[in-house]
Amino acid sequence: MTPTFSGRIQTRIFLILVIGIPWTLIITPVLPAQRGDLGWQSAARELYPVMFTALAVVLVLGIVVWEPIYHVLQQFRWERDWPSMFQLLVVIPEAIVAWFVVREVAPDSAVGVTKVTFAVHVGTSWLLMWLFIEGPIRMFNIRYRFRGGRILGKW
Amino acid sequence: MTEVIRVPSSVIELPDPPERTQPGDLNDSLINTSTWTDEMVTQAGIPIVDVQFVTIGGGIGSFIMVDFLRVAGVSTDRIKVLTNIETPWQTYEYLTRVSQIPRQERLRSDSTGMPDNLWAFPSYAWRESRQDKNVAALWSVLVEPIFTDYWTPRAATVFEGIEKEAHRVRWEEMVTYGQVRMVRKRVGGGYFVILTPAPNTTPTKRVAYRAQYVHISVGYPGLRFLPDLQEYRQKYHDVARIVNAYEPHEHVYQGLQARPGTVLVRGGGIVASRVLQRLMEDRWNHGAQTTIVHIFRTYIDGKNAKYGPARRKGASGFAFQGFNVPKGSWGGQLRDKFSELEGDQRAELYRAVGGTHTPHRKLWLKQMARARTEGWYQTFQGEVIDVAPTASGRVGTRLRQKSGGEGFIEADVVIDCTGLEADLAEHRVLADLLQHSGAGRNVLNRLDVERTFEIRGTRNGSGRIYASGAATQGGYYAGVDSFLGMQYTALRIGDDLAEAGFGERIGGARALRHWWKSFRHKII
Repeated sequence: MTPTFSGRIQTRIFLILVIGIPWTLIITPVLPAQRGDLGWQSAARELYPVMFTALAVVLVLGIVVWEPIYHVLQQFRWERDWPSMFQLLVVIPEAIVAWFVVREVAPDSAVGVTKVTFAVHVGTSWLLMWLFIEGPIRMFNIRYRFRGGRILGKW
Repeated sequence: MTEVIRVPSSVIELPDPPERTQPGDLNDSLINTSTWTDEMVTQAGIPIVDVQFVTIGGGIGSFIMVDFLRVAGVSTDRIKVLTNIETPWQTYEYLTRVSQIPRQERLRSDSTGMPDNLWAFPSYAWRESRQDKNVAALWSVLVEPIFTDYWTPRAATVFEGIEKEAHRVRWEEMVTYGQVRMVRKRVGGGYFVILTPAPNTTPTKRVAYRAQYVHISVGYPGLRFLPDLQEYRQKYHDVARIVNAYEPHEHVYQGLQARPGTVLVRGGGIVASRVLQRLMEDRWNHGAQTTIVHIFRTYIDGKNAKYGPARRKGASGFAFQGFNVPKGSWGGQLRDKFSELEGDQRAELYRAVGGTHTPHRKLWLKQMARARTEGWYQTFQGEVIDVAPTASGRVGTRLRQKSGGEGFIEADVVIDCTGLEADLAEHRVLADLLQHSGAGRNVLNRLDVERTFEIRGTRNGSGRIYASGAATQGGYYAGVDSFLGMQYTALRIGDDLAEAGFGERIGGARALRHWWKSFRHKII
């Protein structure tokens, strides 16, 4: 990929909206977590606010902290590209930082959210988002790859 | 007279066939008038064929454009491809084959630079992984360019894909064979494209296509020799000992396998890398006893060009770059930058990220290192002073070395790998366009085009002329001379045409619907 800065921001928001949110809706009920005696419906109700907070933290930290850092690093690359592997692996530092933030800001929940709960949620969401921009997005947005990841606006 | 390397295709304009006593030829009035009326053409006895969109060239640039328009809903009867090559990949395959990339070897092109698939999904890496029944290609695009070199497709993958897609979009139905002679503006809007059809296929010598939109994609205006080598060939009438990598020169390799010899290689780009690979492998695998001397004008051993905080890497004489322009030029920060700059500032950016380079490939570095150790590969840096035959019938090259002092190299054969491009005016259609239709030159002296690839100054009423490919290098987009760049070009032209009412804009729904059709190879 060869993102521009605004392309990075737009892509991140877009991916959270079209992949992150639906995926969180789907996976939350089956995430590994300490559910105790709660039925799956009540457990899901308890878990959703936490998992959506996690998603929001990944989004906000991404826009405010991570993407600017990646953008600066990218300037040192002659090709001005951002290899696929980078795009995939940056989830590791991002998730670690996000975990500490989520612990502070997430609403109280009757279900115990562990590192594993969080890692499975963020890890699978990220993997899907990454897979999506590696190819399938081009099925319906043929201009995406030429616009540095920007989705809105004209040429 | 500049010597231009002959290529049996659209690269070089073939001369008109010998005079035939056939009606319907160009007359002086047509030749000397820049804008024609319908009457002038009919009075000359030239039949007029109406077609809305004409593409000239018929190579990969034309193919990508037509493929795009077909997906945009333009029917085959509204498109005409005027060409003198039999398949869209003919010229390209010719150039890659003679420059030592046979079908099974890899090109220098991204996995998503796909002439046969405007979505670039699934990419060539997927395709080759499926064909080879292993995930090596996919793994490679995942970890490139950090743990491995940029993955590039085999030439065969590309040609076979185009063949299949050509069938799908019914390419053959749109093709007419012949030599395009000129494009002229028409009084009342649009253009006349004059075609000289293949001998004895039409009752008249010329046929005029009256078109609203014209697309010109004729490849390189031509390829040239280095001036000193050209001088040698003309002065000493020796074309056997000095060859260009872009002309057939298999005899050189065959000769070197038969008896020991010294080859002088000139140039520091990818063609030089390819030629070195061939020479070295012939020595290791086929018993050749070749000694290789390699002259670099600039020998690069470390970081070289600079743009912003980034430097381009290099080693063993070569500068390294994945593709012919930095990757961000196709659709990233550099695309934006090129697009916003004008005049000298754009020329400066071309200079900053330009120069001669080759992709970093571990195999090549290993081969060069081994050849050096074995003592039969030597490199020099400097400017060539002159080239002349020696008393023993070989070729002598005098060199002003960078280190100071003069050098003299005697070789049996010289291979020019510099791939110099000829001037626009070497191509008759382009020359005519500059002279009669208002086209101009850009900061790199090529065809001046808008961001939409419309040729500036050629608009005529509702008519527009577009261009794609190497002829437009120097404009608002640096990646024009590549598959990926031609996809971009087709997209920009297609969007511009859709705005003008020709074809549909390929938005989300159409893209998805047609992607599915293309995925199932459904003929459209």
